[in-house]
Amino acid sequence: MGGKSLSNTTLVLLIGLAVFALVPVLKTTNYQMLLAAHVLVWGLFAVSFNMLFGVTGMLSFGQALYYGMGAYSVGLCVKYLGAAWFFPGMLLGIVLAALFAWLLGHLIIRVSGVFFTMLTLAFGQLGWQVMFKWYSFTGGDDGVQNIIPPGIFANKVVYYYLLLALVGASLWFMGRLNASPMGLILRCVRQNPERVRFLGRRVRRNQQRIYMISSLFTALAGGLMSGVDYSIHTDMFYWTTSGHVILMSILGGIGQFFGPFLGAAVIIVIEDVVGAFTEYWSLIIGLVMLGMVLGLPHGLMGGIDRLKARFAGSGARPARDGRS
Amino acid sequence: MDLSFFVVQLLSGLTMATFLFLIASGLTLIFGVGKVFNFAHGSFFMLGAYAGYQLSSVWGQSFWLSLVAGGIFAGVLGMLAEFLFLRRIYGRADEGGFQILLTYSFILIIDDLVKLVWGTEYKSLAKPAVLQGAFSFSGIVIPRYNVAVILIGLAVVVAAWWFLNRTRAGRIARASALDREMLAVLGVNVPMTMTLVFGIATALAGMTGVLAAPLRSVTPGAGIEVIIDSLIVVVLGGLGNFWGAWLAALLLGEVNSFAVVFVPKWATLFSYLVMALTLLFKPEGLFAPRKVRRV
Repeated sequence: MGGKSLSNTTLVLLIGLAVFALVPVLKTTNYQMLLAAHVLVWGLFAVSFNMLFGVTGMLSFGQALYYGMGAYSVGLCVKYLGAAWFFPGMLLGIVLAALFAWLLGHLIIRVSGVFFTMLTLAFGQLGWQVMFKWYSFTGGDDGVQNIIPPGIFANKVVYYYLLLALVGASLWFMGRLNASPMGLILRCVRQNPERVRFLGRRVRRNQQRIYMISSLFTALAGGLMSGVDYSIHTDMFYWTTSGHVILMSILGGIGQFFGPFLGAAVIIVIEDVVGAFTEYWSLIIGLVMLGMVLGLPHGLMGGIDRLKARFAGSGARPARDGRS
Repeated sequence: MDLSFFVVQLLSGLTMATFLFLIASGLTLIFGVGKVFNFAHGSFFMLGAYAGYQLSSVWGQSFWLSLVAGGIFAGVLGMLAEFLFLRRIYGRADEGGFQILLTYSFILIIDDLVKLVWGTEYKSLAKPAVLQGAFSFSGIVIPRYNVAVILIGLAVVVAAWWFLNRTRAGRIARASALDREMLAVLGVNVPMTMTLVFGIATALAGMTGVLAAPLRSVTPGAGIEVIIDSLIVVVLGGLGNFWGAWLAALLLGEVNSFAVVFVPKWATLFSYLVMALTLLFKPEGLFAPRKVRRV
């Protein structure tokens, strides 16, 4: 992961952006553009999640909390204050998520492993329950509809390009972070926290920071989603949303920066294709998941690397993510 | 609040605590013996409930037969899941994460299979004839079924204690929690012990599913509801601590039972709040046997 040069990540990012930029230009239907927008939003969510899980080894089962927070800040601002508050709402969501993640992180990062996972799950579900029950304010399970971005952004193509630009910028930032000394420290924390502490680095401080950064970008993904679907609903807070993004990351490969993005794209397409002829798509997702965990724990990206290494002979070694 | 009302709530909390404990004790047993975290434990509870529904409501068999058969059904499936899948990831780096992911995929698969076989609508299961109706003491009305559930729960606690402390198999199970390698050297088939423990735990969950079915109806979402509640119990009790889980179930059952009366709308929040507060101030759980390794 860290072995690859930064320019490589930037190159992949630029190619990806170019491909996604072509989507509205080509003869695509509105539906296909919507699908591409979903891939972008979930891709951002998955990469943000992976900054926690893949890089640092912190398996959070509660990122839906921040995703929902981002979406509901936009939705509720538009509902109560008007369409002009769409973007201020998005900013508010990001700030709230960052603040909340900082405070919560302060408390929950003290525990590790399964305890950390369960604590994030509990706080995530707490958030869901509050949004679900607070009917008078949030609309409960009816959610909020008709969240239309203001001005020219009401145009779907314009909004799509804004989405692309923001997702691209976020991915670039996280890519830089991943390659920075802080990224290196975090990967070291994953492998041997004791040693990192001996080296004079603050383990918890770094974990808390990355938890906040990850949550902040997750909130951005949520906020952007409200403008893609024009609606929000309490399912965004539900623990299965957190589960969904975990599946995406594992499928794509948590060992590499763009792995989760690939996973998000594949899962959204699978959902779309499978959803067309059966409502039992979560069975399919479950089976895929089972196969991945048992047979291909490095995900699709890890699989691609292994193939590349095989064809290149012994010269190139597969990217390692610290698991092998 | 008058006395009869108080007693009824207390008993209803005790009934809920019994369900929670029966599920959580299995979860705790697996964690204690094999350090395996079975996220899909609630799904085995649900499978048991559906098996009981099929036997009792569809095929007209007796409730007691359904209770046993539901347990066996879930237990066999649990052993298969452990033998075919979970066993393959033991010892892998970052095992905890992969256990959660693998058992999460079980949840997705079992949920959809249940929908395929039984549909999405609510199913119901009748209480056995003997346990219908209620006892009445000077104005206090206590449903017989609730009393039976509490007694069965107590019987299971005693049986589990006896199994873990007085039988050879129980001693092996406890020993494998401490030192697997030494046990293997002594000639014990450790992997098989783990499969059996997993089977016992999931059988317990399945049986509980049948037992709970007459009170809370059978739905495809039951697995998810149940797992979160029982996770709270296990974490609260201190992972792997049998008696801790029992006390935690009691605490949560009563908190819930009284919260429903005083703040019906927000009652479901209390389990999470209790867990959150506990973990903030005592991350190793209320009744933990030892300290969590802190990083």
